[in-house]
Amino acid sequence: MKTLYAILVLCGAVALLPAFVSSGVVLNLVIMTLYATLLGQAWNILAGFGGQYSFGHAAFFGTGAYASAALQVHFGVNAWLCLPFAIVCGAAVGALVGALSFRYGLRGSYFALVTLAFAEVFRILANSVKFTGGGVGLLVPLKSSALDFQFQGKAGFLYVILALTLAGFLLSWWLKHSRYGAWLTAVRDNEDSAAALGVDAFRVKLQAIVISAGLMAAGGAFYVQYFQYIDPHLAYGPAVSVEALLGPIVGGLGTVFGPLLGAAALKLLGELTRNLMGDAPGVSLMIYGAVLIAMVTFLPRGIGGLFQRLAAKAP
Amino acid sequence: MLQARHVSISFGGLKAVDDASLAVPAGSITSLIGPNGAGKSTLFGILSGFLEPDAGSVSFLGQEVTGLAPHRICRLGMTRTFQLAQPFAGQTVRENIAVGSHLHRAQRKAALAHAESIALRVGLSGRLDRPARDLTIAGRKRLELARALATEPKLLLLDEVLAGLNPQEVSEMSPVIRSIRDGGVTVLMIEHVMQAVMNLSEHTWVLNNGQLIAEGKPADVTRDPRVIEAYLGRGAAERLRTSGNEAHA
Repeated sequence: MKTLYAILVLCGAVALLPAFVSSGVVLNLVIMTLYATLLGQAWNILAGFGGQYSFGHAAFFGTGAYASAALQVHFGVNAWLCLPFAIVCGAAVGALVGALSFRYGLRGSYFALVTLAFAEVFRILANSVKFTGGGVGLLVPLKSSALDFQFQGKAGFLYVILALTLAGFLLSWWLKHSRYGAWLTAVRDNEDSAAALGVDAFRVKLQAIVISAGLMAAGGAFYVQYFQYIDPHLAYGPAVSVEALLGPIVGGLGTVFGPLLGAAALKLLGELTRNLMGDAPGVSLMIYGAVLIAMVTFLPRGIGGLFQRLAAKAP
Repeated sequence: MLQARHVSISFGGLKAVDDASLAVPAGSITSLIGPNGAGKSTLFGILSGFLEPDAGSVSFLGQEVTGLAPHRICRLGMTRTFQLAQPFAGQTVRENIAVGSHLHRAQRKAALAHAESIALRVGLSGRLDRPARDLTIAGRKRLELARALATEPKLLLLDEVLAGLNPQEVSEMSPVIRSIRDGGVTVLMIEHVMQAVMNLSEHTWVLNNGQLIAEGKPADVTRDPRVIEAYLGRGAAERLRTSGNEAHA
């Protein structure tokens, strides 16, 4: 219950932010942090809780982004209606990838490679099909009205991404407190033992990738509204997949707050190195990389794990 | 209760289990013994659905279960433990047991409460909130047993739950197994600790080179020349008998 309250208080506090802060830079930083949190939460459900390390979550993200953008561009559908459609499309791709790879018992690095391959196939497809605008991409028509999921200022976007992140939080919390979550973590820790205890491992993993992919697709649909543009590299490129997995790994795998901690730490680190070393191009990225290596080496269970260790030491 | 008929499986050229038939009567503690590499664990894998036999059939409670997925067999009421106890390491003892409890309980609270009552039965109550990875070998074996028990099976397949325990731990564990049977769960156990086999089981099957070579009361079986030879080598029974006679003379 404590975790649930913490989630609600945190989200409430962020919801009040636009009333006090008008700086677009700050609000944008918060939005991008929440957006990274959402992607991390999506990945964390499958990898952190389910132990299936995907390296191609862009497949779901891009599908959500293109589903929403294409519907708006080609059929003039309202962007709000596109959001659930995008989630369903992403989840369907998740079901496809999951059914194929879990049916054949792919685990570990094999599963990671297959997901990476799927994302690449989608990227090449999006590059060559007319429906997705090919390499040029799709430009969402500018409407600047809340009714069309486009907002004048940043506050509107902040509320939308906050709501999606809240959904991600509640899903993660539910995994910690439900039979399904217990089964999923059991499959992660030992699939054979779980099967011997009556857990249908295939089904549990399939459900996890569907939920994870749906949430990831919501992130894609949000991206399209926020930047009003999508192209094959942005949608299906490895950068999105890496962004999704980096946050939870840095923040703490398989925890409720790990994706948020990781996303916040990475965004702050990114801003900091860019501001300090902005004059020398590339140096900021080198420092960013070095800090990442140090974090993964010295904090194997992420920032969340560090807190736990400190809490365990304090009497 | 459980019946295997003419079950065979080979890996490459090796016949791991060769035309094995065995039966486990309801309410018994039945044991399966045999030298290392005899195919005991492989046979267990077939019975519990982890391996599909090349030939033969397995039926449980009168229902054909050959080649059925492990989780389906578990839902019918047959659960196994593993020789190498593999706890869900990141989770507490309570959470580990609750995974089994969830089979018949959808509510998290109910499963956690049930896990607590199971822990009491196997003597893990004091360690409910410890991470499973901190348990000793003996603790892990108990946890393995508890998790399986939490699914409320009718038949429990125990793969060497006593192996690796010291004599004191064995004598602590034996009454736990007996109490499980007394609670209405039929037990089939693979075991190397002969003292426990003699003590606990009413009926024993002996597997050697994938073939069932003897069955009967443990005391009778251990005197069977074929069994002695399987363990000690060809001619061992003969030598034992003559050396025994010399000692008497």
